[in-house]
Amino acid sequence: MFKKTVIASAVMMAMLATSAHAETLRWTRSADGLTLDPHSQNEGPTHALNHQIFDTLVYQDMDVEYQPGLATEWYVHEDDPKVWVFKIREGVTFHEGQALTADDVVFSLNRARHEHADMRGLLTSIAEVRAEDDFTVHVETHEPNPLLPNNLTNLFIMSRAWAEEHDVEEPQNFAAGEETHAVRNANGTGPFRVVSREPDVRTVLERNDDYWGIDHYPMEISELIYTPIESAATRVAALLSGEVDLLQETPVQDIERLANAEGLRNEQGAENRTIFLGMDVGSAELRSADTDDNPFADRRVREAIDLAVDQTTIQRAVMRGNSEPAGVIAPPFVNGYSEELDEVVPADLERANELMADAGYGDGFRVTLNCPNDRYVNDEQICQAVVSMLARIGITVDLVAQTRSVHFAELAREEYDFYMLGWGVPTMDSEYIFNYLYHTKDEDRGSWNFTGYSDERVDELTVDMASETDTESRNAMIAEAWEIVADEILYIPIHHQMLTWSMRDDIDFKVQSENTPHFKYLRFKD
Amino acid sequence: MLAFLIQRVLQAIFVMFVVALIAFSLFHYVGDPVLNMLGQEATEADRDMLRSQLGLDQPVVVQFWQFIVNAAQFEFGISYRSARSVSELILERLPATLELATISAIFAVVMGIVLGIYTAIQRGNWLSKFIMTASLIGVSLPTFLIGILLIYLFAVELGWLPAFGRGEVVDLGWWNTGLLTGSGLRSLILPAITLGLFQLTLIMRLVRAEMLEVLRADYIKFARARGLSRRVVNLRHALKNTLIPVITIIGLQLGTIIAFAIITETVFQWPGVGALFITAVRFVDIPVMAAYLMMIALVFVIINLIVDLLYYAVDPRLRVQGGAK
Amino acid sequence: MSQHAERGDVVVPARPGRLRTFLDSDIVYSWKQQPVVIVATLVTLVMFAGALFAPWITPQNPFDPRQIDLIDAFTPPLTTSDFTGTFYLLGSDSQGRDVFSAILYGSRISLLVGFAAVLFALVLGTLLGLSAGFRGGWRDALIMRVADVQLTFPSILMALLIFGVIRGFLPRSMHAEVAIIVLIVAIGLSDWVQYARAVRGATMVEKSKEYVQAARVIGLPDRKILVQHILPNVMRPVLVIGTIGLALAIIAEATLSFLGVGMPATQPSLGTLIRVGQDYMFSGEWWILLFPGVALLMLALSVNLLGDWLRDVLNPKLR
Repeated sequence: MFKKTVIASAVMMAMLATSAHAETLRWTRSADGLTLDPHSQNEGPTHALNHQIFDTLVYQDMDVEYQPGLATEWYVHEDDPKVWVFKIREGVTFHEGQALTADDVVFSLNRARHEHADMRGLLTSIAEVRAEDDFTVHVETHEPNPLLPNNLTNLFIMSRAWAEEHDVEEPQNFAAGEETHAVRNANGTGPFRVVSREPDVRTVLERNDDYWGIDHYPMEISELIYTPIESAATRVAALLSGEVDLLQETPVQDIERLANAEGLRNEQGAENRTIFLGMDVGSAELRSADTDDNPFADRRVREAIDLAVDQTTIQRAVMRGNSEPAGVIAPPFVNGYSEELDEVVPADLERANELMADAGYGDGFRVTLNCPNDRYVNDEQICQAVVSMLARIGITVDLVAQTRSVHFAELAREEYDFYMLGWGVPTMDSEYIFNYLYHTKDEDRGSWNFTGYSDERVDELTVDMASETDTESRNAMIAEAWEIVADEILYIPIHHQMLTWSMRDDIDFKVQSENTPHFKYLRFKD
Repeated sequence: MLAFLIQRVLQAIFVMFVVALIAFSLFHYVGDPVLNMLGQEATEADRDMLRSQLGLDQPVVVQFWQFIVNAAQFEFGISYRSARSVSELILERLPATLELATISAIFAVVMGIVLGIYTAIQRGNWLSKFIMTASLIGVSLPTFLIGILLIYLFAVELGWLPAFGRGEVVDLGWWNTGLLTGSGLRSLILPAITLGLFQLTLIMRLVRAEMLEVLRADYIKFARARGLSRRVVNLRHALKNTLIPVITIIGLQLGTIIAFAIITETVFQWPGVGALFITAVRFVDIPVMAAYLMMIALVFVIINLIVDLLYYAVDPRLRVQGGAK
Repeated sequence: MSQHAERGDVVVPARPGRLRTFLDSDIVYSWKQQPVVIVATLVTLVMFAGALFAPWITPQNPFDPRQIDLIDAFTPPLTTSDFTGTFYLLGSDSQGRDVFSAILYGSRISLLVGFAAVLFALVLGTLLGLSAGFRGGWRDALIMRVADVQLTFPSILMALLIFGVIRGFLPRSMHAEVAIIVLIVAIGLSDWVQYARAVRGATMVEKSKEYVQAARVIGLPDRKILVQHILPNVMRPVLVIGTIGLALAIIAEATLSFLGVGMPATQPSLGTLIRVGQDYMFSGEWWILLFPGVALLMLALSVNLLGDWLRDVLNPKLR
């Protein structure tokens, strides 16, 4: 009897300690994470969900400042510029009780470099990962890489013992024809643990009361229920009728209504993402055009398109003012960005038509524009607007708008002449843009450069800026590279995307410009 | 009886074979599965290896046989999109669709028969005229438009009912149900009405037409002449004979409800197999599409078989003719 | 032939003498008796005319991107745009497309797809039904087994499937161009069975009648018997199914477009307009959703009412 009372009061005490904030938050956005396996996909909604369950060595907080996660400090090795040293946080346990050691970090980084892992694209610079002792990890790169930690902000750490126990040492195994344990189960060190998961329907997470940062962060949510809703109208209806508390991607047309709705409020901020159109300038002949040459290869045609696309009207009509018209494909956060570069080219149809005539396309031509229809804010509508704008300079555009996975798979297979793409720069540095979008497409670099553009000087600068450690000369390289590509007009910038999150007005939370909420920071107003 | 049964079962197997062929062609000719599974950075050697591991380098006939063997065990591999086992994905979502379909079917059948009888007996009074005209609106409004209107009215403007999803779900282990919680039941109302309305009008109009025909028949006139009360004549004699042909149509309509659930589930974000299928179509997630097709075909074949047998049981004429239609 | 005209089967009279007969017929009588049917006829005629003459009525061709001005997006109904001075009767949508023009052009697509799909199904179904009913034997068995299999599936699912398969074989850039043809084939193919069954039944009944037997005995070729004697007699059920089928085909097209697998947003049909308009349900631009929705409702409802009425008239038992 006595014993029972003791247990009961111990339980009571425990409940009192944690139930100070027994609050449930119901969260929605348009798409679910594809998997709980943290390394198999490199995709926004997937990372956003996994950030609640797992930790990374380094992460970007709600102000996108770099913060220590499972690494307490990190620096370049004194003797070897190719080695990064990470000191691992001590006393951290996984949700299922395993203690975190350097070995788990080595395991996770290597797992993410596996050929089935989508995340390996971010880790190509790594040569070897070693545990020096229980709480020190050395990451050796092929060349000095000053930005390595910036590439690790979505690299989640899992437990080696757990992975071995459940046979998930590899991210995915299609040949086995079975789903792996890690797709629906997760054992992280993060602020929330998984209670239940029905993909595309509902995921329930509960607060991890053993979280290493429990005293450091507000951690006011005791239960987090995530229900993705695909249809924009239904999503808004759910928030209006009180079925959800926080809506991550508010459709631009509903921002005003939600702002005026009782008990709700909006949070807005610039997203780290620029939307633009790319053109194949390299091929001798376009696949979809009715010409037997490549009109895009002519700079005058590209300039005419730039002049015909009216970014300001797109911002006003399609985005209802919720975007920042762009003159460059770098978001304003990025090192190397300048307002001069970002100056929007005003629409000038007369000049555009002249240029088309000069280039020998006075009668226009026909080409296909490929767009996603569920990836960026109003993506398909932006493309439709471009179709009618280009019609005015004689270019007949056939629009093909598809779901994001098909769009990106076909883009990656270089099937497109003219396409929409949005680019965020998680490393906050121009090198990332040059590396992926301007460098000649080869094995290591230029993997998202589908323009066929190749310039020796730009390639040289791109490689050098990656390993240059002197800030001043590095910035000079970046400026030179921007100057070269700005004149080429390879991409037609549309705008820098803006984010709107809507929520119950007693919630204190703000927009994170990577579009990745960290719910451990969320507070409820009293 | 036996000949009839065998003929029907053979036909069912034939249907399943044809559907399997279609599903297999989907796998084979629409998109390259290997390209879908491996990321863009895989090499040609990786692809060849996976191709042979999956048996894609075998002759087509062997692959088709393998496909049928797997399908018979309800084994369709893993989804390209979510890397989850397709059969598990479908089984997980089936309860939601079946609950929705069953409730809509009950709603449609009960209301359809009641209204059909009423409008047949009370032909010419203003209420049945009104019901008949209103029923045409039910047939003419596309399902999705009805759904949107109901959401707007009851979820947004009035705030009475939820706009999406299934509400709280109770997990019974082998089945998850929304029928045991208040929010689950409330969530069911709008989608069930949306899905059932079309069937309701069809059944109602059918019952009315059959009933009118029967009421005109000689034996009903005799019954009346014998002095039986109107009520007894209508309900005991006329209704019984009305329902025989109605059973067939209702049976077939039940299958249609499951198919139309695709639209309702899309509008209401109902987590059933229909919504799964539409997502799969958009993502070109072939294993899910193929499995859905096979499953729907199976459901339909079974329903048809049952309807045929029921028909056989209630209509003595068929027994004499031995199954010829 | 004259025998049928008296029964009111042939709707379009050729000579004035027949016009008289037609106006006195049961059909016209029944038509005059029912105000609802009169209204439905008028609405149908107005919508058909609007769709047919859309290029001459509408201020804008919504399929021509050159004529759409994004700067006029979201102009409310009965308003003149501040930017271009264009007047929008039913407002403009998110692309600056005139909603009135879009509805007429959209109905054009809905009706075109509807009629063509019904015609496709009707011709295919009638031919197969005649062949099955008249010849019998293995043809009959094969056609009717295929029909049974297809009847197992609801037509919307068939249409989705046929649509998906056809598109799988076509290059993506062609999808927008051929969308309308793919829709017609998909809806038509999913709907031929009803015609085939009805025609087969009627053919078998006619075939056993004495005059056909007589015609066969005097050695008239099969083709002649089919066209002159049997076809006119099986047209009655076919016409009834056809009118109701038209409404169903219109709804099927709208549904496919709503699900995002029909007409593309650059050549919107009524279903596409509704799909797009749904996004503006809460934002105050009600006209983008409401007007296309009402147009679709009116079109489908009036065609349905006419079909319903026609069925009752042609099926005297129910009167």
